[in-house]
Amino acid sequence: MTMNAAAVTSERPAMNRTSDSPGASQSAAPWPVEIHDMTVAYHRKPVLWDIDLAISRGHLTGIVGPNGAGKSTLIKAVLGLVPKASGRVTVYGKPYEQQRHLVGYVPQRESVDWDFPVSALDAVLMGRYGRLGWFRRPRKTDREAAMNALRQVGMADFAGRQIAQLSGGQQQRVFLARALVQEADIYFMDEPFAGVDAATEKAIVDLLRELKRTGRTVVAVHHDLQTVERYFDNVILLNMRVVAAGPVADVYTPMNLQNTYGGRLTILDEVAEAVRQAKPIR
Amino acid sequence: MIPFNTMVVLCGTGLLGVVSGIIGSFAVLRRRALMGDALAHAALPGICLAFLILGERHLPALLLGALITGTVGVLVVTTLRHATRIKEDAAIGIVLSVFFGAGVVLLRVIQNMPSGNRAGLDHYIYGKAAGMVVQDVQWIGGVCLVVILAAVLLYKEFTLLSFDTAFAATLGWPTLRLDIVMMGLLVIVTVVGLPAVGVVMMAAMLIIPGASARFWTERLHVMLILAAVFGGLTGIVGTWLSATFSRLPAGPVIVLVAAAIFVVSMTFAPRRGILARTLSHVNLRRRTARQNLLRTMYELVERDLDARPAVTPAALTRLRAWTEPHARRLLAAGARVGLIERTSDGHFRLTDRGLLEAVGVVRTHRLWEMFLIEQAHIATDHVDRDADSIEHVLGADIIRDLEDRLVQLGRWPHGTARPPRSPHEIAVDGGVTP
Repeated sequence: MTMNAAAVTSERPAMNRTSDSPGASQSAAPWPVEIHDMTVAYHRKPVLWDIDLAISRGHLTGIVGPNGAGKSTLIKAVLGLVPKASGRVTVYGKPYEQQRHLVGYVPQRESVDWDFPVSALDAVLMGRYGRLGWFRRPRKTDREAAMNALRQVGMADFAGRQIAQLSGGQQQRVFLARALVQEADIYFMDEPFAGVDAATEKAIVDLLRELKRTGRTVVAVHHDLQTVERYFDNVILLNMRVVAAGPVADVYTPMNLQNTYGGRLTILDEVAEAVRQAKPIR
Repeated sequence: MIPFNTMVVLCGTGLLGVVSGIIGSFAVLRRRALMGDALAHAALPGICLAFLILGERHLPALLLGALITGTVGVLVVTTLRHATRIKEDAAIGIVLSVFFGAGVVLLRVIQNMPSGNRAGLDHYIYGKAAGMVVQDVQWIGGVCLVVILAAVLLYKEFTLLSFDTAFAATLGWPTLRLDIVMMGLLVIVTVVGLPAVGVVMMAAMLIIPGASARFWTERLHVMLILAAVFGGLTGIVGTWLSATFSRLPAGPVIVLVAAAIFVVSMTFAPRRGILARTLSHVNLRRRTARQNLLRTMYELVERDLDARPAVTPAALTRLRAWTEPHARRLLAAGARVGLIERTSDGHFRLTDRGLLEAVGVVRTHRLWEMFLIEQAHIATDHVDRDADSIEHVLGADIIRDLEDRLVQLGRWPHGTARPPRSPHEIAVDGGVTP
């Protein structure tokens, strides 16, 4: 495999490999995240085929693709939340399971019941639970970290508010604050911009820039094709497989978008359907 | 003086209520409430099998049997859900009725045996708290202590697991094992409760205290404490009632007591209760009606505000879709709170206080109208109605924000006492007398 200083690379499909840039000398340092030959299936229907990706350090990477393309599944499979049919994931060269503390997660907002009886501050504090260990309660320093994170996303005034009494955008910011207190090096975010107000969108963009400025790596599922170029350095175009991946300037092209969103059934869809028909579910 | 035996029984069911409340709260939050029901029903065949094997009524053995088949029931539900396309509710329905049916069949087999009648196993269906002895209560007490200790120690872990399992997993918590521990506690509490409450009613004992507690608070630890209190009360009062009015089975009476607490919580709890919600709704409607009246009065006399002429109810009906009796009712309501006065010739006029409030209402209305025209591009002749539904719920900070924006746009005069004229035509014709 040729390491590639440019950005995200998809190792397998030749079409989206960018030519090696002159300063491609970082091959010694491992990538923050590498995904090798990963395939994921739900109920025997493959949703991700043979994903090979390397995420470049200190950049904002967007994952873009049509509904059902497997964008969320990609993140969940990397984080071990859905089983992989095959493949492996490394974080800085070691298996993800050994490196969890380096990886933060912002799930989709709809993935939890917001009527749960906790305050915004309590919800953010949960981001510290990973480092707290069994039976230990959050301490003053944890509370301070949570308050700081709320302040950073412009939510300090809502710390005591029950989470159901927050707007959708405010809830999203609570999730971001919870990820911030993890003090991770790499962040995976699942549709952070989905259904948020303008104030929240701006807060998230500022936060992403701040994360980048402090050298963090961010991978976010994104649904708005208009803003990809403004918000992200790299993009992964996904539709069951990686259609293209690399710096936005290189791979975010009409041609690649057409290939990602094109209406025709790909051969892989047909194969998937054939597999499903041939082996009916139990 | 309460007889010793009764004290023992009350202690037992009280403790039982406390732990059911705590563990049940987590089950409710995790949407596992029905799992408790399946579990309790699935315990019945275990009790019968244990008796058949041993040939005598030995409580720990019977409960061990209950534990085993109850756990098997839960596993069958989980397996059905994962291995087939059957959804959880259907799987629970199947397990619950099949295991319970098997239990009832076994029960009849036992009753047909020579020693079977004296076993009193049928009490396990509806519960017989009065049958508890000191030893049973010591036993229940021990289990309660363990469960409470576990819930206190694992409070943080259970909270995280209940709120966001996936996130917990990414933090490295062993979510599956934690889940098994939580489920295990549910199994233990359920099984221990069976002799007193019975398999049919045990789920209510788990679900209702937590569900009631949720109405009163937005904080998990408060909810757990309240659920423990409600559960304890339920157990004690229910048992006392069933002991006082003899021949009433304990389980159903306990459930009815729990239901009473639930109904009271659902009705009277502040904020989340039905009464509080209805009241705030009524208040909003009343405020809306009053504000609409004030604004209409203001608009009728706007051209001659300093003279503040009186208006007739008929004039109000021309600006608003009100009938004259409705307009009169609104005016009477306004007069009662001193916003409106009746003149000697039977017309109506804004009082000083009424005018002051009307200025505020009209300001908000026009600010919002102007904002809709400027920012939402709503046509001028539509804006009145569109503004109407929203303006009554705008808070002071939003109004200030609106004003700032419109002042910046040059569409709103800076710092005026009275609102500028309406952006659209207001047709006032007649009904205004100086």
